Amino acid sequence: MPTPKRKLLQGNIACVQGALYAGMRFFAGYPITPSTELAEGSSRELPKIGGRFIQMEDEIASIAAVIGASVSGLKSMTATSGPGYSLMVELIGYAYITETPCVIVNVQRGGPSTGLPTKVSQSDTMQARWGTHGDYTAIAVAPSTVADTVTETIRAFNLAERFRTPVTVLLDEVIGHSRELITLPEPGEVKIYNRVKPTVPPEQFVPFVMTPNGVSPMASYGEGYRYNVTGLTHDTMGFSTNRADEIFPKLDKLRNKIMNYTDEITKIRVEMMDDAEIAFIAYGSVARASLQAATLARQAGVKVGVIQLYTIWPFPDKEIQQLTERCKAVIVGELNMGQIVTEIRRILPRELPIHTMQRYDGDILTPMQLLEKLQEVL
Amino acid sequence: MPVVEKQRSDVILQYLRPKKKFPSVWCPGCGNGIVMGALIRAIDKLGYKRDEVCCVSGIGCTSRMPVYLDFNSLHTAHGRALAFATGVKFAQPNMKVIVITGDGDALAIGGNHFIHACRRNIDITTILINNFIYGMTGGQGSPTTPAGAFSTTTPYGNVEKQFDPCGLAQAAGASFVGRSTVFHTPQMEKMIMAALEHKGFSLVEVIANCHTYYGRLNKQGDPVAMVNSFKENAVMLGKAQTMTPDQLKGKYVIGTLHENKEATEFCDEYQKVVDVRMAGGKAR
Repeated sequence: MPTPKRKLLQGNIACVQGALYAGMRFFAGYPITPSTELAEGSSRELPKIGGRFIQMEDEIASIAAVIGASVSGLKSMTATSGPGYSLMVELIGYAYITETPCVIVNVQRGGPSTGLPTKVSQSDTMQARWGTHGDYTAIAVAPSTVADTVTETIRAFNLAERFRTPVTVLLDEVIGHSRELITLPEPGEVKIYNRVKPTVPPEQFVPFVMTPNGVSPMASYGEGYRYNVTGLTHDTMGFSTNRADEIFPKLDKLRNKIMNYTDEITKIRVEMMDDAEIAFIAYGSVARASLQAATLARQAGVKVGVIQLYTIWPFPDKEIQQLTERCKAVIVGELNMGQIVTEIRRILPRELPIHTMQRYDGDILTPMQLLEKLQEVL
Repeated sequence: MPVVEKQRSDVILQYLRPKKKFPSVWCPGCGNGIVMGALIRAIDKLGYKRDEVCCVSGIGCTSRMPVYLDFNSLHTAHGRALAFATGVKFAQPNMKVIVITGDGDALAIGGNHFIHACRRNIDITTILINNFIYGMTGGQGSPTTPAGAFSTTTPYGNVEKQFDPCGLAQAAGASFVGRSTVFHTPQMEKMIMAALEHKGFSLVEVIANCHTYYGRLNKQGDPVAMVNSFKENAVMLGKAQTMTPDQLKGKYVIGTLHENKEATEFCDEYQKVVDVRMAGGKAR
C-alpha cells in the first residue's frame, strides 16, 4: 500500500502545493506580510519542475507579468495582502476584460492602508468583488483550513481556466500562518481543467468569439494565432470599439459566462442544518470557530447548524435562502465591520433576525465568543 | 512613384493587420508612422517569423502601434508595458519581445518598470518615441518636456527638469542604448536592427514630432519644420564628444551611445538555475 503524502504544512505553503498540483508554472510576486511564504515557496519549487519565478519591482508589475505569462500559455499566480491587492486591482480589471485566466491570492490582514500587517482580517471580502473599476463579475473562494487551502487553490485554477477569468483566493493571516497535518492529493485524484484551445486554422480564428457558454477558445502567443489583446473594450477580433452593438455583447459575455454557470462555481459546506433553528454563516478562519461553537451548542441541546461559504463570489444566494428557510435566526461572524452580512441581508427575508459578531482588532473570533452571541440570541 | 518607394510601401503593407479598421489614430504627419515603417523594415530585413514576434505597449498615441502590426500584440495599461513584456519574455524566452512606448508611458507612470527592466537586462527591445509631451490626452507636460517649454499643464513654462532616457537606461543597467530621430530614418532602421539582434535589454530612443500639441504650443511650426529642426539639432556621438556642454545645449546626441555584449541576460541566467534544479541539484 503506498504511503499517503502526509505533511505538516503552513497554509501559505499548502497554497503553493495546491497551485503546483493545478499546473502553476509561473509566479510573479512582491514580498508582503503575511503572504511572503507564497513567494518564497514558489521560488524554491518552480525551478525544480522547469517553471518560472520572478520577484517583480512592485505588485502592479507582479500581476502584469502574471497576465503576460498567462497569455503566453503558462498557468500563473501571484500572492499578496491588502495593500498589494489594492495596487493590483487596476490590472485585475485588465485580466477581466481580456479574459485572461490567473489566480491572485490575498492573505488578508487588517486595513485600511498599512493597517495591521501581522494580524488577521477578512476586510478585503468586498474588495475581491468590487476592487477594480467598471462592470464585471468576480469569482473568489475562501478556504478555512490548511487542507482546504490545497483544494480551494486547485479549484481556483480550475475556475480561472474554465471561465477565462481571474480568480481570487481569499486566505487570511490565521490560515496562511497555521500549520496542520494534511494529506496532499495523489496525481490524478483531483480533476485538473485546462483552458480550451482553438481548433480552427489561424485565418478563421476569432479570438473573442461568442460561444454558447460565453467562453472563447484561447490561443497562446507563439502558436500561430497572431491576435490583439487590449484593455480597451473590444470587438470579437480584439480591436477597440465604440459601437453599442459590440459593447453590450462584450460586457454581457463577461457577466453571463459566469452567472449562467454558478452551479459549477458555488461550493458551500452544510453542517447540522437539517433541523437547525439557528444558523451560523461564516467563511475563512471564522468558519472553524463557528463549527466548533455549533458542535458545543449541539451537545447542550441547542438546534444550531453551520453554513460555510467556500465560494464567496458569485454570492450563493439561492443556496443560503433554501437552507435558512426554517431558521428562526442567523448569526454571521466576520473579521471586519460587516461585509458579507450585507449580502445576507440582501437575500434573506426582512422578518428573519440577522445577528452579527464582528471583530476588527486583528484578533480571531473564538468559539466561546460565538457561543456567547448564541446565548444572547436564544 | 520611384520603384524603390513602391517596394518599401509593399513591405509595410505586408505587415499591417488585414482586419484592423484603418486609418490609425495618429494625426497626419505624426512621427509615429515613420518609426513604425522603420520597425517593419528592420524586422523584414532580419527575417523574423511573425509568430515569434510579440509587440507590447501601454497607453498613449505611440502605444497604439502594436495594434496595427500583424504580430502577437499586447496593448496593456498605462506605464505597465515592460512589466507585461517581462511576463511574456520569461514565459517564452524564444519570443522576440518588442515594447513600444512613449515618454510619459515609459518615464512617468512606468518609470519604475523601466529602470528594473534595464537592471535585469532582460532581452526586450524597447522603442521609446520621445515627443516631449502627452499627445493622446491633449498636450500635457511629460518627464521629457524641456525646462521652460509650454504645454497645457505648463501654461507659464515648465519649471521642472527633463529626464534623459538614454542616460537613465545606461545607468540602470541596459546593455544597448541608442538615440535617433524621425529625420534620420536609415540610421533609425539600422539601430532598431542592431537593438533587435542584441541579447539583453536594448533601448532605442527616437526623437519625434508632435506638431499638434508640442509644436503648436511652442511655436515650432508644422511637421516639416519640426523634422527639419531634428536634422539641424542632431549631433553624431563622435562629434558630440568634441563639444562642450554649452555647445550641446538643445542638441540631440544620436548614434549607439552604449553597448555591452558581455552582460548576462536575465532569462539565460534563470535557465541555468532551472537546469541545475531539474537535474536534482542540492540547495545551498
